[in-house]
Amino acid sequence: MTSTNPLLKVENLKMHFPVYSGGLWKKTSTVFAVDGVYFEVMPGETLGLVGESGCGKTTAGRAILKLYKPTSGKVEFDNKDMGTLSNKELREVRRDLQMIFQDPFESLNPRHTIGGILTEPFEIHGVGNPDSRQELAAELLDSVGLNRDALNRFPHEFSGGQRQRIGIARAIALKPKMIICDEPVSALDVSIQSQIINLLLDFQVEMSLSYLFITHDLAVVKHVSDHIAVMYLGHIVEITDADTIYDSPAHPYTQALISSIPVPDPTHKFSGTILKGDIPSPVNPPSGCVFHTRCPHAKDFCKNETPKLTDVSGTSNNSHLAACFRMGEI
Amino acid sequence: MKEILKIDALKTSFKTETGRINAVDGVSLSLKKGAVLGLVGESGCGKSVTALSIMRLLPQPFGRIESGSILFDGKDLATLPSSEMFKIRGRRIAMIFQEPMTALNPVHRVGNQIAEVFRLHFNEMSKKEIKNKSIELLEKVGIPAPEKRFREYPHQISGGMRQRVMIAMALAGKPDILIADEPTTALDVTIQAQILRLIKELQHEYGMSVIFITHDPGVIAMTCDDVAVMYAGRIAENAPVDKLFSEPRHPYTKGILSSIPRLSNKRKTRLPIIEGMVPPLDNLPKGCRFRNRCPDAEDACIEEPDVREIAENHRVSCFAV
Repeated sequence: MTSTNPLLKVENLKMHFPVYSGGLWKKTSTVFAVDGVYFEVMPGETLGLVGESGCGKTTAGRAILKLYKPTSGKVEFDNKDMGTLSNKELREVRRDLQMIFQDPFESLNPRHTIGGILTEPFEIHGVGNPDSRQELAAELLDSVGLNRDALNRFPHEFSGGQRQRIGIARAIALKPKMIICDEPVSALDVSIQSQIINLLLDFQVEMSLSYLFITHDLAVVKHVSDHIAVMYLGHIVEITDADTIYDSPAHPYTQALISSIPVPDPTHKFSGTILKGDIPSPVNPPSGCVFHTRCPHAKDFCKNETPKLTDVSGTSNNSHLAACFRMGEI
Repeated sequence: MKEILKIDALKTSFKTETGRINAVDGVSLSLKKGAVLGLVGESGCGKSVTALSIMRLLPQPFGRIESGSILFDGKDLATLPSSEMFKIRGRRIAMIFQEPMTALNPVHRVGNQIAEVFRLHFNEMSKKEIKNKSIELLEKVGIPAPEKRFREYPHQISGGMRQRVMIAMALAGKPDILIADEPTTALDVTIQAQILRLIKELQHEYGMSVIFITHDPGVIAMTCDDVAVMYAGRIAENAPVDKLFSEPRHPYTKGILSSIPRLSNKRKTRLPIIEGMVPPLDNLPKGCRFRNRCPDAEDACIEEPDVREIAENHRVSCFAV
């Protein structure tokens, strides 16, 4: 990694949710949604956060933005500790740290016109006056490839792809430094996905944006990311640059994940292992290594001790980290 | 190979606020015995409606088959009386759905829902036989502790397990044809791999023919023998799977195959795209439906192209081919 400071630094982030049930709403158990994750995002770069449902990738994204108050851990954005900020300071930070959501149907207020949705960020942050805000909103529509007459229309009048463009326009309105993209293309049709990916890539170059790109789609994440972190049950099991993780995955979960991707080529022969069993519940995660219940290489000690992320690159510059006891042998 | 199902010029319409629209508009397809036919396309292309037409499960009273035929075992399913269809559905032709939580009945135990298929179609079987058979099926589709799962409700089991239960129900009648409508779309990628392998294994074991509906070209490549690409209610291209991926001829097929992100792509480069979006069915362009997004559109495209055979088993509806 370069010597410049990371834009986003996440240290030992934990996000646990209490579960209330039974009489008197007693706390009966805890969901360990995110259980101690570390990563950094450099300016202008994309970190892909990938994993299956329930692995905590979305929760991690939300905890970084402080949409949830993290249970513990430290999030540093642009050299500011998110945990110590007042509400006013947090608002200032969110100008630079925006979010795009998976479901473009739920993330736009159905009662507001597109003009209203796109001028709101300017109003909140006191940019321009009512007239100039309309013009700014119209320019945003130009930049995401939508017609300016959209300003007076409502979200339901647009298709999924168009709504995602509106969501992107809203996210870039205040010229942020970073956008957390939570499954931005998962709900879209194949021919629309590539349009939105291109749009995000264009804005990254144009505005030197950083992305935290959260997705379950391993082909999409490879295409957009510089670095990739693989999550499983609240933990990061492997993190390195995007080419290395596909060429030489070190963690058995990453290996299985990559070999499970359906390759759009009928001559491709499936190689690798199909994981057995289901993803355990984060309410009662397995002891030791959380992956041991499905791991084809698990030994007894994997049930008792939790492996730490360790360097496997052989260069000791922490460029390729994975958390598995048996990496040398498998 | 012999055809087990032959669809000819099928038209299926839906009543909407703006009038009747044809969700499937002149689709002809054939399913070979023992083969997997993939139906692929984006939302609204008519792939699911084609399947529901075969099953005669169109939402009532809005949907109906307007014309065309669906030939199976010497009968035309498009016009078969409901009482006759009752004997075929779930027995000779079975279907599994995308969202097993909504397809399973939440207030009945898993075992009871499988047993229902036996009770409906095999009324000579005793209660005990039915129970044993049901448990055997649960085991067959890879459900651990089947006796225990037999007594559980759908909400007590995971998404992957629910899809296995759906498959067990579909297999109960030993069907000739299995229609799988996006069976893995709601599942995680490691679970998807399990379910796809299961379907393939069972297909071989039971000698079933399968219609596999998906929007994912990767899943098509893994599972299908033949593929039909649908666009706005019509067939754009229909070919054996290796032909379709190695020599796609329709501009839409070419566009889709080049626009999907692949692991072999150079990272962070712009993807080739298909401009615009799928037109709404009540406002289709005149002539070829892909015309307004097509890079190869020419004057002739103002007419509707027929599906033509351009090579053996390779059919395309495009003037430019």
